[in-house]
This record gives sequence, structure tokens and C-alpha cells, in this order.
Amino acid sequence: MISSLKRARLVGAAVLAVTAVAGLAACSSGGTATGTSSSAAGGTYTFWDPYPQFDATSDWSKLVTKCGTDAGVTMERTGYDTSDLTSKALLAGQQGNSPDVLLIDNPVVSTLATAGILSTTKDLGLDTSNFAANILAAGQSNGDTFGVPIGANTLALYYNKSILSAAGVDIASVTNWDSLNAALAKVKATGKQGITFAGIGTEEGSFQFLPWFWGSGAKLTDLSSTQAVAAATLWTNWVKEGYAPNSVINNTQTTSWQEFLAGNTAFSENGTWQLAGADKSGLSYGVIPIPAQTGGSAAAPTGGEFVTAPVQKDSSRYATTEKIISCLTSDANLLTTDTTLSYVAPIATVQKQQVAANPELAPWVAAVAAAKGRTSDNLGTKYPLISQQMWGGFQNAMSGSQSPTDAMKAAQTAAASATQ
Amino acid sequence: MTITQKTGASSAHPAGEATPPVASPGFPVDENSPQRRKVRSSQWVAWAFLAPVVIYLALFYVVPLYKNIDLSIRDYTVRSFVQGNAPFTGLDNYVKVFNDPTFWPAIFHTGFFVLVSILFQFTIGMALAVFFYNKFRLSGTLRALFLVPWLLPLIVSASTWSWMLNSDSGIVNSVLQAFGIGSINWLTSPGWALISVTIANIWIGIPFNLVILYSGLQNISADLYEAASLDGANAWQKFWRITFPLLRPVSAITILLGLVYTLKVFDIIWIMTKGGPANSSTTLSTWSYQLGFGSTLPRFGPAAAVGNILIIVALIFGLLYILMQRREARR
Repeated sequence: MISSLKRARLVGAAVLAVTAVAGLAACSSGGTATGTSSSAAGGTYTFWDPYPQFDATSDWSKLVTKCGTDAGVTMERTGYDTSDLTSKALLAGQQGNSPDVLLIDNPVVSTLATAGILSTTKDLGLDTSNFAANILAAGQSNGDTFGVPIGANTLALYYNKSILSAAGVDIASVTNWDSLNAALAKVKATGKQGITFAGIGTEEGSFQFLPWFWGSGAKLTDLSSTQAVAAATLWTNWVKEGYAPNSVINNTQTTSWQEFLAGNTAFSENGTWQLAGADKSGLSYGVIPIPAQTGGSAAAPTGGEFVTAPVQKDSSRYATTEKIISCLTSDANLLTTDTTLSYVAPIATVQKQQVAANPELAPWVAAVAAAKGRTSDNLGTKYPLISQQMWGGFQNAMSGSQSPTDAMKAAQTAAASATQ
Repeated sequence: MTITQKTGASSAHPAGEATPPVASPGFPVDENSPQRRKVRSSQWVAWAFLAPVVIYLALFYVVPLYKNIDLSIRDYTVRSFVQGNAPFTGLDNYVKVFNDPTFWPAIFHTGFFVLVSILFQFTIGMALAVFFYNKFRLSGTLRALFLVPWLLPLIVSASTWSWMLNSDSGIVNSVLQAFGIGSINWLTSPGWALISVTIANIWIGIPFNLVILYSGLQNISADLYEAASLDGANAWQKFWRITFPLLRPVSAITILLGLVYTLKVFDIIWIMTKGGPANSSTTLSTWSYQLGFGSTLPRFGPAAAVGNILIIVALIFGLLYILMQRREARR
């Protein structure tokens, strides 16, 4: 009895020790971050981005260093995990040690701007006139622009050519929801899977739902409109009819992409960033823009990061920061960066160069031109609240716990009370 | 010490001349200040020895706890979080949390998750402990194998479970189909998601129960079993009349630790279902994370409030245990 008590205590102590070590580790990493930004005054500029996959030897890292050198300063770059970066940036803002340049996912820009962490492009003296208006809009609220896009990606439909031809589907006939449903029915008749997407209950799911939501003509300000219900019904029916595997309810974009690569699925709703993997897989695939309910391309949400300049106590730093950002987003550098990231450039002239180099990008450039920022329409920080209810809505509908109408009505009630 | 010295000195006095001069310088020392100073300084030394623990407790327990309470009684928006001027709103966040449509389902899910997990973990752990008590060939190896779930990082076990339980390509469903039972949407139907994460959690918790109960068994004297055998008790009677009652204190601590561990389980659920579909496997811990970090607009106030509710629940179980232990000791 006593020895087991001791053992339990030992276990407890071990757990505590591990937690403490983890806590210390977290502290020390925070400590180095503080150290770098305090030493920033001596000609070192700090730079945070969500690309931990790029190390110091990568082209991206070299470009960052070069832009710093050109502006006469040393760059101190740190790559964080995307989901980590929001809270890191907020904490840094609270402690007054924000980085000089922060690359952040576009829907987060409005959150950070509301927090008062980001300086406007006007304060920086940064010229934004070159950038495509629909991409830039994700970083704008109440007439102010908080940063510029480094590149954009969006969603489209990948299709498996051999499955479609075996099922006798001509891809040119897929122009609206009805023709897409007809194609899916034909594919199902041949024993293959129709379509995969990511219907997970996170921002990722909302991102995937939006092309259908907007494609029906629905607006984020009303989740219970007949159009919105139509979009939820479309997804629900795909699962119910067996056009889409049941696992889409829990799928991330990566898992749904793996399902597509396995070669048994005709369509996959996915992004530009999968292009490189698609080429490597040896799958014979094509890409079409996501069709709207009554034909034409649906507006898909824009993805991709913004280059922002967090507020600094010493405003004399902005001049150099502006030089660094201008360098990063110069035409030539954007071309290299967006090719590495497989993004579409946010500037029309660079897009032309991209398509000239790689004609496969043409449908993506068209999709990006039709795309829309999630926080656009002056939604700003209301978007995350609406998005959360929206994913609850389509999850309820797809899992069959509520009818699409009831699910979206409940989502709208909750969203309205959250954003009031 | 001083008394024995005095009596020793006084008894030595009549005996000879040599002792008093030696003992007398000793007397004044006792009432002198250096001795008291020694006491005082030894107190300082004691505090110095305590300091690391006190500082550690304050830095890593009191401050975060205070911060969490502070977060939960102020109206933090992203703006006031950064600028640090969040207005005091009392229990507003708690009222918001209580009135949230997610609250009661989350409480129910947490209760189900914890109670069912503990029930099965403990029963299976106990059965295995008794099974391994009788040593047989390879029993050590087998017992070690049962520890595997404990050794694996949670992200590995949770990901593996979520692959196994995948609706379309998971091994569990393909086995079920092979037996003609038909597939179950383990992780994607609101009716099964909570059960699935509970099953995974039971699997992970069994080794902990096994190890502690097994070590408890080692302390039960073999004589008792021998005596019981002589009296003609069968295995069942031996378990209920000897093993179970004598293991009661160990069982109590196993269950209490299990309760606290299970209450705060987050990773398994988050990796397997993200609390979904449609909140059907949301517990207090995943809900708290969801509020604080799950969207691009963090809501620290309500997140901290949910976290504090979780702490209070754990505290209640802790107090319950202490009460039980006291009653046990009084007997």
C-alpha cells in the first residue's frame, strides 16, 4: 500500500517535472524571441512567418536575408506553425516586442488589426496600387489597409481523367450543380467514389464550404437564407447518396487529397498548393473552377498570407520595414516566392509571367481573379464568429443530426447573437 | 541537552575538583545570545531550503492560476488583451458559458467520457493485475506488452485510432463488414463519436491501472491466500473477500488519479474528432481550447471560465478523496 502510494507520488512528481521542463523550455524559447527583438535596435530586424518547412538554406530564407541586406540591416527570421502564430503575435503585441515584419494568414489580419497590433500601409508609406483589389480586400477594414498579400491560393475542382472517361462523363458538361450531380451519379454507377472534400469542424471546413455557399448566391450575413440552405443540402446529399465518402465530415484538406491520390475518386475540392504533389503522383488529372449553382465560376475564398508590419514603439524603423516589404513583394521576387509556394501572384503582371512559364496555372489565375477574401465585405472580426456557426451548421446537416434547413437556421440564430 | 549537562555537572561536583572548571564555562553559553542567534539563523536556513519550492510553486502554479481567474472575470477582446485594459465584468463570462447551448452537452459528454472510461479502465486493469499476479511463463513479457499504450506518444495512438476507425477505409469497419455486420461511422456520426473517443481513451488508460493495482497486489501477504485455500475458498471468494477489500486504498487512489487525468483529456479527442461532428464529442477541455485557440478570433474570457470550471470539478473530486481517506483512517 505504502509503496504503491509512493509510486503514485513518484508518477505525480515525474509528471510535474516534465510539465515544469516543458514550461521552462517554452519560457526559454520566448526568452530568445525577446532577446532578438530587443537587439533589433542595433540594425537587426525581426521577421516571423508561418513557413517552418523552410530552413536557413531555402530560397525563401535567402530572399528574406537579401532583402534585409539591401535595406542595410540584418534579418532575424523565425518560422512558426500557422496555428501557433496568431497567439504568438497577440502575446508579442501585449509584451511590446512584436517582430518588424510578420507574415500571417489573411483571415487573421483583421483580428490583429482590431487588436491594434498592425500598422497601416499608409503609416508605412507602402504603395498598394499594384495589388489585385479582391485579394487585397482581405487585409482592409474601414478604409485602412493592414499589409499586402505575398501570394494567393484558392480552391478549385481537381478531377481524375481516367475515372471520368470510364464513366462517360465529359468534363466540359460540368458547368453547374445539376450537371455536377449528374456526373457524380454516373461515377457512382461505375463503382468509384464521386467526390472528396474537407468538411471538418474547423476553419478549414468553412474554407471548403464557402465556394458552394457563395456559389449559391448566399451571403455570410445570413446563414439561413434559401441559398445557404441549398449549399448545405448539396453537401448533405453527396454524403447521403454516397457520392462522397462519409469520412468527409472529419476530413482535412490533406486527408481528402490523399483519398484523391489513391485514385478511386473522381473529384477533389482542393487548392493550388497541391499542384506539385499532383504532378508527382503520376495521376492524369485536370482542374476546373468550382461551378456556381446556376452556372459560371463560384467565388472561392482566397487563401495565402499577408506581409504585415506590426506597430513598433520606435516609428523610425518603419522606413526600413517599408523597404524590406517592398523588396519582398517586388515583381521579380514575388515570381520566385509564389512559384516556390505554388501560390498565384497578387499582381496582374506577375500572374501573366507565371502563366507564361506554366500554362497549367491558367485555371488557377482565373479562380483567384474570381475569389473573395473571407473577411471582406467589411466583415472583419465578425467573420470568425460566423464561420464557427457555419461549420457547426453543415456538420449538423451532413452527420444527419439536423435537417439542412434546421441546422442552418440554428447556425444563423447563434451567429446573429454572437456578432450583435 | 542542557538539563543532562546540568545534572551531570552537579553530580560530578562532589566527586572531584577537576570537573567544575570544565563544566562551568558551559553554563553561561546556554543562556547566551549566540545560541539564540543560531536558532534564528537555522530558521533562515530552513526558509532558504524551502525557497526553491516556494518560488517554483508561485511561479508555475499560483501565477498561472491567478492569471486564469483574472482572464475569466474580465471582458477580454483581442484589443484589450494586447493593451491590458480589459474592464472588470464579474461573473459575466461564467453566465455566458452557462447559457451557451454547448454547455450542458459538454458537461454530459465530459461525465460520460470520464465515468465510462474509469469504469472500464479500472475493471480491465484490475482483471489483468489479478491475472498477472499468478506468475507464469512469459508473464513478464506479456505484462510489458500491455504497457505499450502508455509508452506511445498520444498523438501517435490517437492518429492510429482515427485511421483504424475511419468510416470508409478503416480496418475496424472492414473487419465488421467481413463478418457481415456492416460498417459504422465511428467518428463521423453524432451517435458514435463520443463512444469512439472513449474506447480509445480506455485503451490508453488500462496500463496505468494495471501497473498501480499490480504493485498493490504485491503487498498483500500470500499467507492470507494460503489460509483461505485451506479453508476451502474458491478463486472468486478469494478475490471478493481478500484481494478487493485489501486493495481498497490503492483502488481509491487509482480511481482518483484516473478521474483527474481523464477529466482533462484533450489530445485524443482533438486529434480524433475535433470535438465533432457538430459538438457531439465536445468535452469541457476541448470546448475551452476551441474558445481560446480554435478560431482566428480568440475568446480568452469564456475559455478561461470553462478552464476554471474544469479545475473546480477536479478539486471537488480531490476533496472527496481526502474526505474518504480521513474516514478510512478513523476506522
